[in-house]
Amino acid sequence: MLAHLPVLHVIIPMMAAPACLILRRRDLVWFVALAATLMSFAVSIGLLLQVLESGPISYEFGGWEAPWGIEYRIDLLNAPLLLLVSGISAVALFAARKSIEAEIPKDRHALFYIAWLLCMAGLLGILATGDAFNVFVFLEISSLSAYTLIALGKNRKALWASYQYLIAGTIGATFILIGIGLMYMMTGTLNMADLSERLPEVSSSRTVFTAFAFFIVGVCLKLALFPLHVWLPNAYAYAPSVVTAFLAATATKVAVYILIRFKYGIFGFDFAFSSLPLQSIFLTLGLAGIFVASIAAIFQDNLKKLLAYSSVAQIGYLIVGLGLANETGLMATLLHMLNHGLMKGALFLALAAIVYRLGEAKLSEMHGLASRMPWTMAAFLIGGLSLIGVPLTVGFVSKWYLVTAALEHDWWPVAGLILLGSVVSVIYVWKVVEVVYFKAANERTAEVREAPLSILAPTWVLVAANLYFGINTELTVGITRMAAVSIFGGL
Amino acid sequence: MWAIELPPFVPFFVAAALALVTRGQLRNVIMLAAPVLGGLHLLAVPEGIHLQMSFLDYELTPYRVDKLSLIFGFAFHIAAFIAILYALHIKDTVQQLAGILYAGSALGAVFAGDLLTLFVFWELLALSSVFLIWARRSTRSFFAGIRYLIVQVLSGVVLLVGILFHASETGSLAFAEIGIGSLAGWLILFAFGVKCAFPFLHNWLTDAYPEATPTGTVFLSAFTTKVAVYALARSYPGTELLIYVGAAMACFPIFFAVIENDLRRVLAYSLINQVGFMVVGIGIGTALSINGAVSHAFNDIIFKGLLFMSMGAVLHMTGRINGSDLGGLYKTMPRTTILCIVGAASISAFPLFSGFVSKSMVMSAAIEEGYGWIWLMLLFASAGVFHHAGIKIPYFAFFAHDSGIRVSDPPLNMQLAMFIAAVLCVTIGVNPSILYALLPYDTGYSPYDATHVLAQTQLLFFSALAFVWLNRRGLYPPELRSTNLDVDWVYRRLVPTALQRLFARLNVITELNKTLAAKLSTLSPLVARQFSAEGIFASTHPVGAMVKTVTVLLALYLVLSFV
Repeated sequence: MLAHLPVLHVIIPMMAAPACLILRRRDLVWFVALAATLMSFAVSIGLLLQVLESGPISYEFGGWEAPWGIEYRIDLLNAPLLLLVSGISAVALFAARKSIEAEIPKDRHALFYIAWLLCMAGLLGILATGDAFNVFVFLEISSLSAYTLIALGKNRKALWASYQYLIAGTIGATFILIGIGLMYMMTGTLNMADLSERLPEVSSSRTVFTAFAFFIVGVCLKLALFPLHVWLPNAYAYAPSVVTAFLAATATKVAVYILIRFKYGIFGFDFAFSSLPLQSIFLTLGLAGIFVASIAAIFQDNLKKLLAYSSVAQIGYLIVGLGLANETGLMATLLHMLNHGLMKGALFLALAAIVYRLGEAKLSEMHGLASRMPWTMAAFLIGGLSLIGVPLTVGFVSKWYLVTAALEHDWWPVAGLILLGSVVSVIYVWKVVEVVYFKAANERTAEVREAPLSILAPTWVLVAANLYFGINTELTVGITRMAAVSIFGGL
Repeated sequence: MWAIELPPFVPFFVAAALALVTRGQLRNVIMLAAPVLGGLHLLAVPEGIHLQMSFLDYELTPYRVDKLSLIFGFAFHIAAFIAILYALHIKDTVQQLAGILYAGSALGAVFAGDLLTLFVFWELLALSSVFLIWARRSTRSFFAGIRYLIVQVLSGVVLLVGILFHASETGSLAFAEIGIGSLAGWLILFAFGVKCAFPFLHNWLTDAYPEATPTGTVFLSAFTTKVAVYALARSYPGTELLIYVGAAMACFPIFFAVIENDLRRVLAYSLINQVGFMVVGIGIGTALSINGAVSHAFNDIIFKGLLFMSMGAVLHMTGRINGSDLGGLYKTMPRTTILCIVGAASISAFPLFSGFVSKSMVMSAAIEEGYGWIWLMLLFASAGVFHHAGIKIPYFAFFAHDSGIRVSDPPLNMQLAMFIAAVLCVTIGVNPSILYALLPYDTGYSPYDATHVLAQTQLLFFSALAFVWLNRRGLYPPELRSTNLDVDWVYRRLVPTALQRLFARLNVITELNKTLAAKLSTLSPLVARQFSAEGIFASTHPVGAMVKTVTVLLALYLVLSFV
């Protein structure tokens, strides 16, 4: 059993999904989905402990040896992300039962959980696999189920948003596939470790350059790097609230993981940064994304859209970290992937609680909501502070390392812009605080009650994580530092 | 001693949490217990580092005790006790919680052994204290509070940036001597300077303090600026620049204070003036001058608190605070009058009152180190203090022309708080060795020698003579309802007006565009339509546009890879 751990966390939800299709009963399906997710979570914990103890784990599918068969590889880079994805999924599923009651027709609940399980299985698969083509397969599994989940949204615009995402996602996936195909053409292998050995021999060929270009653009589309982010705000805004919480906290992070894995693990640092001006491209687009998206967020009235734009801005920070191209920068990106997952998860779950009571996410309808829903809004406030990067929250930790990384290069303007980006985020967080805390309640909000415990409890679990990992940084900083060192040490 | 590693801010935060769930007498007892128990606990804590933890790559020391932090710690405990006692009759949860959290944050900052902890409490100071201003619940106080908050948070952000630079330069976060040798040093000094109300950065103080509630101002006067003084003494002792900054701080507020009508704003200006003495002391940087700065901070917390309390009592009982509306109150508020005079005597540094034993240290140090001009400026400032705080405050509030207001002395708890402060002022003045024992350095200084006493008495005498003479001849600036322009005019009037003008200009351009558009549509309706909402230039096709962007980006990548 223990030997099969590296696949179990993918297999369990994948098998649970068809089982749910047979069960069909709403509550039963919810229970099975939650149980499967929790098992995946437990497996992820086991894997992380094992990796920390004895180094990377390699698992060969069906006993076929690596370059020929499919290999699963768990190391310090993906183990914490496995934990993030399965953990957020479990927490969000807790809240889902109540939250979707108000947003999705009852007869579709079973389908909702099935799509959820498949999406999670896909995301976990992308993280775990050591095979380039397998990445594409799992990417399609997670994307297709994500389109379904988004299309389940109450507003009719959800269909359109889902369609938009479908077009964008398909183009992205196709580009990724073209990239992988070209690599296969040049090397004859799909195993990542094998690819990284064989690619340098042919690295001067135009085919490899083209492969790289296609791949990077495809992934950037998936991870919604400015200016390829257009699909994201609508998809997040019209999807059911818990789906937004799940996807916002995990999906883009997984795409960033693909980028890091291929950039550092397969193409290699030298190729990625010396053959292409990737450093300046990433820095420019990342910084532009931080400001354009943050400023766009200020002007949103729909709170979901506001947070969605802030997600685009946060992706900018991740990409800036990669663009800095040093160990601390990579570490800051890895840290911020985890931390941003925690803060956006908390914020969107708090928002799900608001939508459950209020029926919508319009800021102009939330006057004085804090007096009606004190716990929900307190959670939102702490999440917002974390987003800004206030000390004692996780947001501070990753921003600190990001600025440190910029200062290591002596790039003061970059450091200054990162801090200025935080100031802009103060504005949109304050905008919310002002309305919900300082405005008098109107007729609509006056009759709202505090959210049910089944949504509030998961929200506060994530809020607590925001605070805990903001104060006790040993675990997160330790693991990401080791991961960054191992990647840079392996060059 | 139990729980030595318990930082002093903890009892206050715990009390705040308990106060949230209790009411009435029980809450009063809890709130008063926090400074008493905390102070007694502090008496037994030995010097040294009592708490350490690792955060990121740094060792943080949230709790460090040495002589410098101890004396501020004691002063803050006393101030917190007096202020809480003074505010005991208030039945406003927001104010009570804000006050106690604010006091706790100040203690947290003073006992911080590293810059990051300092930063956290630095921001907490701002966030908790602003509620003392907002608690007055008027439009004026709301906007004053917003302005206050912006300045304070800005100071925190600058501090954080400075800390970041400092950490990357030195690799250490220790809250120790920094100096102005680097950009980081300047940034941190600026941040401290904002909280310390350096000239041109001081407006938040005179703007916001008089707008706070009568009890809130008592809290405010004790903590924020003194934390900044402590931080300067810790990180910038002997920085010559501070001498000149401090001398300017001691002098310029006098002119504003003399013409100001709002008596609490007079005290706010005199607060800056007193902090100026401390900053000079830190700037000189000798053992004597640091001792002077620190002990003056200790005394100022008490006598300035006493003055703010007496004016708060006047405001509380009469609802008025302008000098032109008051007068003759001594008839019905005899105790407040006497206590106010004690505070006035202390701030004016009368022999046998507390101000005398600390202020003279700074002045002696200035002479010893050869800063003759600075000494003269401080002398002028001393005379000025006596004028506006020592005479003007009690004279216009309690004597002068009879305003006809007949109110009694304030509630018992307010009187008691003022009484305790007054007793401390006199005790320290008569027996300064109590205070000197707490000072960071041992200098064997004695304030009561013939020269000092004589010089100070002469100064005070002639200053009083000047006041009487000016008043008799009708030359003294009368108390008028007026708004006095200070530096804040720049950002509250000049810049907004300039921006308005600028936007008005921009409006002209918009108008021009409109006429152009109108011209265009008459010339060629077809071209004009393309720019309108439905035209090809303005319409949005997100999916199509996205695909175009992808293509462009891919092409860009490819081109870049092959060049």
